[in-house]
Amino acid sequence: MMLMKRRDFLKAGAAATALASLYGCAGGTRASGHVVVVGGGFGGATAAKYLRLWSEGGIQVTLVERHAEFVSCPISNLVIGGVKTLADITVPYDNLRNRWGIRVIQDEATGIDAGKRTVKLAKGGELSYDRLVLSPGVDFLWDQIPGLAKADAQARILHAWKAGPQTVALRQQLESMADGGVYALSIPKAPYRCPPGPYERACLVASYFKQHKPRSKVIVLDANEEVVSKKGLFIKAWDDLYKGIVEYRHNSEVKDVDAGSATAILEFDKCKADVLNVVPPQRAADLAARTGLKLINNRWVDINWLTMESANTPGIHVLGDAIFPAPTMPKSGHMANQHAKLAAAAIINLLAGQEPNPAPVVMNTCYSFVDPKNVIHVASVHQYDPATRLVQPVKGAGGVSAARNEVEGKVALGWAKNIWADMLG
Amino acid sequence: MKPLTLAALLGLAAVAGTAQAADPNLARNLAATCANCHGTNGRAVEGAGLDPLAGLDKAKILQKLADFKSGVKPATIMHQIAKGYTDEQLDLIAGYYAAQK
Repeated sequence: MMLMKRRDFLKAGAAATALASLYGCAGGTRASGHVVVVGGGFGGATAAKYLRLWSEGGIQVTLVERHAEFVSCPISNLVIGGVKTLADITVPYDNLRNRWGIRVIQDEATGIDAGKRTVKLAKGGELSYDRLVLSPGVDFLWDQIPGLAKADAQARILHAWKAGPQTVALRQQLESMADGGVYALSIPKAPYRCPPGPYERACLVASYFKQHKPRSKVIVLDANEEVVSKKGLFIKAWDDLYKGIVEYRHNSEVKDVDAGSATAILEFDKCKADVLNVVPPQRAADLAARTGLKLINNRWVDINWLTMESANTPGIHVLGDAIFPAPTMPKSGHMANQHAKLAAAAIINLLAGQEPNPAPVVMNTCYSFVDPKNVIHVASVHQYDPATRLVQPVKGAGGVSAARNEVEGKVALGWAKNIWADMLG
Repeated sequence: MKPLTLAALLGLAAVAGTAQAADPNLARNLAATCANCHGTNGRAVEGAGLDPLAGLDKAKILQKLADFKSGVKPATIMHQIAKGYTDEQLDLIAGYYAAQK
């Protein structure tokens, strides 16, 4: 069994010294040590880069990621709508390796020993860490939709809620559907990854139908009482742009699915579709529970907001969609990037024997396309509050777009390019 | 303690606005909350349509932020975001970006 020692890693990472000039001159106590980051999405990739940037190369970083390349969930609804391709939302890990001296391992973390501070890898071997960043995303609660328990059913009834092959496959299902068909989209009860995402998807599929298959319908089966995010703006888009195409049904939780006939089964009703797209209920990726991290509601990891460290497991910092969010905080890629910077700053302080920043701030912006050009946003800023030990939304700040507009359509694409560069550039 | 050092420390405490000592990297950490859109250390992706902040004049950044906050300057989103930060935090952020070359 290979046990990666820090000394070996330092030898392997000879590039680190050469990189020192990139970081500028160091001052004060330099942090050192080895941080393993599990998960190369918006949270993990950002944490890996900022640990290297802010420690001025002092901290060695290993990133463990299942996939060879990063594929972005934000903007992926434009692929489903036929406006963008998968290549447009795919970014390699090359800069993390070559520019930032991060060891990127394409593998899956199968277990974490928090006592020994080691991570077990699927392909064999272990990594030892001084601190671990866990940014594992969500796993689906398939047991809540029994008809989707098996792999063949999952291959037919797609979620496309993790960008990649499913994104392309859902696009193909929509292209293959005859005009006059029904696309039904099931939304789980909140909280789930990307609150406005399903409503954006309904808009972009409707936009495609309006142009190419005008007799087709979009039926939104929402388990929630009402539209969870940007409610007025989405309803206005459906009324103004997609009348007769989008049909929104609230309190419509999908309890089961007949995969063979693409039928969603509700408590008192059924909905037969030509293309059925089920976004399943979610919780923190299984690795979190297997590691013994304290969960809230048996789903989301309880963390300390000064460090993002697990409430019951020292040395493990958890980011992104997997955590129990602070009040009004969405599960978004933007927010995961902000969690990552908070955690990176705290880890560097802790590894240098210093207290973490007592006053962290995080903020969120989220853009949704209601057609290929027009966008609506929601934004918020959250400041640490010592009394509640939470990052609380600042009253009077944040909000949504006054109306859908094309200016923000351009900004949204610019946002994507910049955040991808901030995490992977 | 030299008077100047004491003054600097008091200034720092006022900026933090808390009884606890501020993190020496507070400006860096606050500025990083803008980097999602405006680029790592304010170096935005060229041609992506969002303003780079690195190396801009501090007073100009602060004026722009103040105008967003007051509503004088029309915006799609910055008027909502600027209101989430205290004036002291905006001062630290502007100072950090002005110092980036």
